Amino acid sequence: MGENIFVGIATWLRGLLSGAGVPDMWNDTILLVVKLVAILLFILVNALWLVYMERRVCAFMQSRLGPIHVGPKGLFQTAADIGKLLGKEIILPKGADLLVFLLMPVVIFIPPLLIFGVLPFGKNMVAIDMNIGVFYLLAIASLSTIIFWAAGWASNNKYSLVGGMRSVAQMVSYELPLILALLGVIMITGTLNLNTIVDSQKSIWFVFTQPIAFLVYLIAGMAETNRTPFCLVEGESEIIAGPYTEYSGMGFAMFFLAEYANVMIISAMCTVMFLGGWLAPFGLDFIPSWLWFFLKMYLMIFVFMWVRWTYPRIRVDQLMGFGWKVLVPLALANIFVTGVGMYIFRAIGWWS
Amino acid sequence: MELLDSISWVAVAFHTLAAVAVISALLVVFVRNIVHAVLWLAVFFISLAGVFLTLNAEFIAAIQVIVYAGAICIMVVFGIMLIRRWNMGETNLFNSQTVAAAGVVALVTMLSAFLSFKSGVVEPAGDVPVNQVESIATALLTKYVIPFEVAALLLLVALVGAIFLAKEVKADDADSHS
Repeated sequence: MGENIFVGIATWLRGLLSGAGVPDMWNDTILLVVKLVAILLFILVNALWLVYMERRVCAFMQSRLGPIHVGPKGLFQTAADIGKLLGKEIILPKGADLLVFLLMPVVIFIPPLLIFGVLPFGKNMVAIDMNIGVFYLLAIASLSTIIFWAAGWASNNKYSLVGGMRSVAQMVSYELPLILALLGVIMITGTLNLNTIVDSQKSIWFVFTQPIAFLVYLIAGMAETNRTPFCLVEGESEIIAGPYTEYSGMGFAMFFLAEYANVMIISAMCTVMFLGGWLAPFGLDFIPSWLWFFLKMYLMIFVFMWVRWTYPRIRVDQLMGFGWKVLVPLALANIFVTGVGMYIFRAIGWWS
Repeated sequence: MELLDSISWVAVAFHTLAAVAVISALLVVFVRNIVHAVLWLAVFFISLAGVFLTLNAEFIAAIQVIVYAGAICIMVVFGIMLIRRWNMGETNLFNSQTVAAAGVVALVTMLSAFLSFKSGVVEPAGDVPVNQVESIATALLTKYVIPFEVAALLLLVALVGAIFLAKEVKADDADSHS
């Protein structure tokens, strides 16, 4: 029950369209567009509510209440905030590169949308099943770097430029351990397809067989999304808000929401690669697979928030040193151990 | 509906992507601000990845995005930011070496025309394999293993060299200030 609700809707829509005499190719196209629009809506609404979740989690960790007045338990607080931001004046800084300045908050949402198109949300629930899913995802994710930098540069502000350069340096440095950590999982499964990776975790999740890769991935993922303790890109006390300093109104809100979209991607990716994706643990099949996916994803998002409100920001040189001298060697060692382990396990016949 | 069905959508996609690629490549050369040139370069690389996708070469397309749009553009960004000028509007200028440039362009055009006529229209040898990654990996680690290892060695040398240079500067700094 509930398991096939989304797949059922897709089948129903397809039947409805072919019943109305729509040719197959158009049927597929319409269905794909519907899926992608649904995903876009999901990202936007979810990013909005994650801001609320962040504020509540932060409040509880600091013995406060957080937003409670707008709507039941303050649930509409962030929607009201967005309404306010939409009504605000967009201030254009003097000497800014207007076209780039105004374009970047718009295109910042393209990489997250492209990535969500290939994520398996549940059993048979993937908009585009790609053979090279993991690789595609990493490739698209690397595109946000240049958008942050261009936003910082176009603002014509020293702090923004410093923030933009910090974002470039940080994202390039931490992309490497992120990819190397995922390599351990890919070596075991021998595939880049996200669905197959989920399927091969039926007996044991990779968080237990690849604990070091999981930790490296988690830390590098935090750095990739520019969240505390790696929020040097924004660093309020040092460079005000980095690339977003000059943005006001909805332009700022777009960057803010994109950060949460990126947190969702890193958490969803973590769920797929290490936590068994939509597979139910302990045979608890009565909960639908997509609900398991979202439960695990939100658990990971909560961990991200927990870390954010627990640790202070680290220094720039410590950030680089940690990335290159600790995480990269650790990830490389993990790949080596995984490779050797695979051969030993094959030799003694525990694993084929 | 019949008209729409008769159109080859792959051809439409190819021509759109090709137009975007050509226009953005021209803009990389012609815009006066070098930062805009980098952004157009990223657009060019991504549209080229789209052309690879129309050939069913998903893996190559992803490589195109991660290596060129992701890494090469970032490298150019570092280059620009390290040699920053005050007036960014005048950083990608034309010079007066028209004769030399015309000669080089004519030579390159003739060479590429000659090569393309010589090779003729290439017919595809077969369908693209479904599991491209495995075929590429097998080719890299069997037939082309020596070039692959040499490239790896070259990258390692470059990495060691970069670390050495960074260390050197630091030591000099400490000496001159103490």
